[in-house]
Amino acid sequence: MDLTYTAEEDEFRARLSRWLARTLPELPPPPDPLDWPGRRAYDMGWQRRLYDAGYAGLHWPVDAGGRGATPTQHLIYLEETEKAGAPYVGANFVGLLHAGPTIASEGSAEQRARWLPPVLRGDEVWCQGFSEPDAGSDLASLRTRAWRDGDHYVVSGSKIWTSHAEVADWCELLVRTTPVSESVPKHRGISWLAMPMDAPGITVRPLRTLAGSTEFAEMFLDEVRVPVANRVGDENDGWRVTMVTLSYERGTAFVGEVVACRRVLGELAREASKNGRWDDAVLRRRLGRLSAEFGALWRLTQWNVSESQHTGGVPGVGGSVFKLRYSHARQELYDAAADVLGPGALDLGHPWALDRLSSLSYTIAAGTSQIQQNIVAERILGLPKGR
Amino acid sequence: MDFQLTEDQRALRDGVRDLLEGRFDRAALRAAVDASERAGTAPLDRELWRELGAAGFFSLTLPEAEGGVGLGLPEAVLAFEEAGRVLLPGPLVATFLAAGDIPGAASGDVMVTSADGSLVAWLDEADVVRGDVSGAVPARSVDPLTPLHRLPAGGSGASGGAFRAGAGALLTAAEQLGSAARTTEMAVQYARERAQFGQLIGAFQAVKHLCAQMLVRAETARAAVYAAAVTGDPLEVCGAKLLADDAAVRNARDCLQVHGGMGFTWEADVHLHLKRAWVRAGAGRSAGDAEEALAAAL
Ligand SMILES: Cc1cc2nc3c(=O)[nH]c(=O)nc-3n(C[C@H](O)[C@H](O)[C@H](O)COP(=O)(O)OP(=O)(O)OC[C@H]3O[C@@H](n4cnc5c(N)ncnc54)[C@H](O)[C@@H]3O)c2cc1C
Repeated sequence: MDLTYTAEEDEFRARLSRWLARTLPELPPPPDPLDWPGRRAYDMGWQRRLYDAGYAGLHWPVDAGGRGATPTQHLIYLEETEKAGAPYVGANFVGLLHAGPTIASEGSAEQRARWLPPVLRGDEVWCQGFSEPDAGSDLASLRTRAWRDGDHYVVSGSKIWTSHAEVADWCELLVRTTPVSESVPKHRGISWLAMPMDAPGITVRPLRTLAGSTEFAEMFLDEVRVPVANRVGDENDGWRVTMVTLSYERGTAFVGEVVACRRVLGELAREASKNGRWDDAVLRRRLGRLSAEFGALWRLTQWNVSESQHTGGVPGVGGSVFKLRYSHARQELYDAAADVLGPGALDLGHPWALDRLSSLSYTIAAGTSQIQQNIVAERILGLPKGR
Repeated sequence: MDFQLTEDQRALRDGVRDLLEGRFDRAALRAAVDASERAGTAPLDRELWRELGAAGFFSLTLPEAEGGVGLGLPEAVLAFEEAGRVLLPGPLVATFLAAGDIPGAASGDVMVTSADGSLVAWLDEADVVRGDVSGAVPARSVDPLTPLHRLPAGGSGASGGAFRAGAGALLTAAEQLGSAARTTEMAVQYARERAQFGQLIGAFQAVKHLCAQMLVRAETARAAVYAAAVTGDPLEVCGAKLLADDAAVRNARDCLQVHGGMGFTWEADVHLHLKRAWVRAGAGRSAGDAEEALAAAL
């Protein structure tokens, strides 16, 4: 076990932090958190700077346009950008963290050439069209249909909870290419398509979240024509491709946020010292325990990243262990923040009030805690599948 | 950075596991519990203590020049984790910490205990006692394999902050980790054998989710304990102890729940894990103090 960084890694960190110190002051002021088009422009502007400086797609393979960095370098990148207060991946989330890596590992040469560079440059935004009104946790029961018509699929159905749909150029879309039957169980017969969001027949209807923003949407697909060439992986083999996507989603998506939570915890302590709440021993101890919690979560991250470095590639089920613990810890953090703020926590003008609201999604999005517990119990612990 | 066990560390862990499973298996554990019941106090197996000494258990971190094995805290943590898995009784941590300066401790010929906080374990059996134990009165220990004395209020013997905040706390946390991992395995094993309503209880989600949370607790504590062993950072040790105490105590309770009525029997080992976890959680600095220390550093 070695927690020290190599000279090369230190050097990488130093170069990155110098670049961040130089670049961040040049950024325009951040947009209103409820303004999605504004956020797209801001997030893409940041991605472009990363691209120009050679930091885009750090952890992607070189032949996919990435930098082929080791998982440890990626970790350093997440740590330093967060510490420096750099913008989040934001609207580029799906493209950079799951559609991109999925295309990089499952796509053809032409597909990689078509879709990956614009993601890295910050030119194109992706969204994820997996969930449907009747297929959330039970994703494989999705019903959106795709018929073959020459060299196109004709897609009809609807999707829901599609984050960033309002501002996306592409959608990683799961469709049913063969109806469920006795010979085709529900996990078969699914295909993974890249759907252009400007195709005729797509209606996006924003949904308002409990935080007041329109960060996700409903999507209605009415005979949308998607070229067969846009299918990643074989026809009816989309479930396997999807598992690759989801492992990325759970494996690395939250890593940088742990650093952010540790920073927020420090801010909480300072705020409490200022407003007198620090005198409350119960609150103080709660913050102390949260500090242990986030310290451990950061170490768990390093453990998982080291493990993936050994097993080479796709993050393992350790991601589910992490996601379970982290999603709850994050909610506890912002509940503690509300205690620190007192009545101020009810003022949406305070960033912690909005963060507290958005933390409520963490135990639901990307697989609910219940589903993650099933995954841990069945795939790690080997308990029997339930009905 | 490479936060995974090295080949050597794996080999060491496997070696200690083999030794302990051979020398202190379930039959030995239950025999010790029975003997403790008969005698009214836990007997300590001196022969086993010396065997541990001969195998280098107490001298793992002593320099080779002083007859030790010359390894570091991470290796000691792995060994103590194994001791925690099998519920090895005795003042392992105090003897380990004394190995450098009390003759005979390293070889297992001398058993050392220390006054720490308001309780002292193994006072009657120990050859050497560190700290002030005047006024200690015997208690009827909740853990059949850890005899306890209580120290008078205010006069806590405190053998030094080194145990409380440093290596002692870390090694105790490592034992808790071993116990937490073991109770997870016990629960999973039972859930795969016991059937109700025509199916294995492990297929019921309510049971599955208890088991999943047990693994999450154990693995989170593992990351914290191993990292603290590598950095030796006192605050990280504090955090690791908090998380490991929590994992050991709560996992034992959940394991008991998964075992149903069987879990409430003397016959099942679950209560032994829970009771030892309570004793270890009470060793050294209190959880409240550890939380305060972490808060003060924010
Ligand atoms: C902020 C946010 C952003 C999202 N972004 C996207 C996106 O971009 N693209 C996308 O495709 N999806 C997205 N989702 C959808 C998300 O993946 C689903 O909400 C999630 O998988 C749960 O599905 P559901 O909402 O249909 O809930 P349901 O599946 O109906 O679950 C309802 C409740 O039942 C429980 N439950 C369901 N099945 C089981 C079971 N087998 N065992 C035990 N309990 C069970 C759940 O845990 C939950 O508590 C997003 C969700 C949120 C909140």
